[in-house]
Amino acid sequence: MKEELIIAGFGGQGVLSMGKILAYSGIMQDKEVTWMPSYGPEMRGGTANVTVILSDKKIGSPILGKCDTVIILNQQSMDKFESYVKPGGLLIYDPNGITRHPQRKDINICSIEAAEESARMGNLKAFNMIVLGAFLKKKPVVSMESVLKGLEKSLPERHHHLIPMNAEAIKVGMDKVVDINIL
Amino acid sequence: MAEKILMKGNEAIAHGAIRCGADGYFGYPITPQSEVMETLMEEKPWETTGMVVLQAESETSSINMVYGGASTGKKVMTSSSSLGISLMAEGLSYLAGAELPCVVVNVMRGGPGLGTIQPSQADYFQAVKGGGHGDYKMIVLAPASAQDMYDHVGLGFDLAFKYRIPAMILSDGVIGQMMEKVEMREMKPRRTAEQVKAECPWALTGKTPERERNLITSLALDPNVQEKVNLKLQAKYREIEENEVLYSTYMTDDAEYLFIAYGSMSRICEAVVDQAREAGYKVGLLRPITLFPFPVKQIQQFIPQIKGILTVEMSSGQMVEDVKLAVEGKVPVEFYGRMGGIIPSPDEVYEAFVKSFNK
Repeated sequence: MKEELIIAGFGGQGVLSMGKILAYSGIMQDKEVTWMPSYGPEMRGGTANVTVILSDKKIGSPILGKCDTVIILNQQSMDKFESYVKPGGLLIYDPNGITRHPQRKDINICSIEAAEESARMGNLKAFNMIVLGAFLKKKPVVSMESVLKGLEKSLPERHHHLIPMNAEAIKVGMDKVVDINIL
Repeated sequence: MAEKILMKGNEAIAHGAIRCGADGYFGYPITPQSEVMETLMEEKPWETTGMVVLQAESETSSINMVYGGASTGKKVMTSSSSLGISLMAEGLSYLAGAELPCVVVNVMRGGPGLGTIQPSQADYFQAVKGGGHGDYKMIVLAPASAQDMYDHVGLGFDLAFKYRIPAMILSDGVIGQMMEKVEMREMKPRRTAEQVKAECPWALTGKTPERERNLITSLALDPNVQEKVNLKLQAKYREIEENEVLYSTYMTDDAEYLFIAYGSMSRICEAVVDQAREAGYKVGLLRPITLFPFPVKQIQQFIPQIKGILTVEMSSGQMVEDVKLAVEGKVPVEFYGRMGGIIPSPDEVYEAFVKSFNK
């Protein structure tokens, strides 16, 4: 098993921490993982992206030109990363704020109204976990149990009381993901 | 088995330092390596092992604090990124001249000048050929993973003290910022004052009636004396070249073509080797782990079996000069590189490979 994905959006949307939780969940299942962030100006308000690889074998390049899955959370990232998905791969996006929807016909495309759902939950911070739920529904590369353990590892102890809320958000994401183009 | 923790390469440097028994870290923040000192400050090793962690007022100050600490036989280190290392160049030359052991980490970013904060490998010449003035060398280690970052701190100190020489860990923004699993090795205690006296008879540990005073200096005004100093240094460098080369290979047994790359680029080339093998090319990868000493003989051993070499770097082509010196024109050596903070993708390296292979 090998899953290569890029998560891209605005700084502050929880892109990097979502990748980190996924990477930790991989470790819980004894997988090899790499987590390579964009760093620098992105952290100060622009676009942010992270490349996460989960694999049963040793990982060579942590940098990708093509990947299995792209998760897109703003228009700039759509412009940049739609072309990165391998034919037959998966693109998941939140249509909120998207003016040009994905065009490709050779990939699977799903949408998740994560911004809207997080507002409905009354917790905007649940946004990235809703997106993670949508991804895990489509690609169950790690078990829910591992994700919960991964959350425990990646969150500081003072935030552990938030884990049930995060688990709830992941379930919302799993329920609300919508197929747009399925090969 | 020891616990494996997900951490950045920079964080691994900090944990590696604490757990290999380092005595002191002196540094000044700069992207993309600031997590080294941040992690040390969070870990507060002064409360556990007694290791000193100090933010200096500049890179110049950091390297001179290292000079002071190293003079007393302590395991001391600093870290910075490209332009910060340039500021340390004078101090590095002094450390080499005074034969002082230390570890200096360079998490390279794109230059020249203030440049960019994105990854680069453009400080190869600076690390391997000098950087400071005078005929000197440092041991240069090139980590390719977060685990390497952790392990190279201890390895760097071991080699530095074995030869009384500065050791540099030449990393880049990819390896520094990337998170991977890191196995925390067994904790090594810091050396006691008695151990330092016994293992470093040259160090400034306080003169006693039993021994002559020790003098740490890089000054020898009499050219006859200075030449002797130089000859001694050169003899030491030859010994290091003979004994301390480290490298690794990937799929080289039947290789007819060889990639040579270090650090983050060796990881990318590993993926390209897989891709090329799938397409039927017999290709392998040689990754120098020590850049000084450079794996000259190890590269030469491949000459009879290969048709060519492709060196890949995030620079305009620096290590490729040493590869060419090693093969002495016996096989064609091609180069592919990107500069200024651009990381070449495996696909573009593959294309460069196909082009140079079919030349």
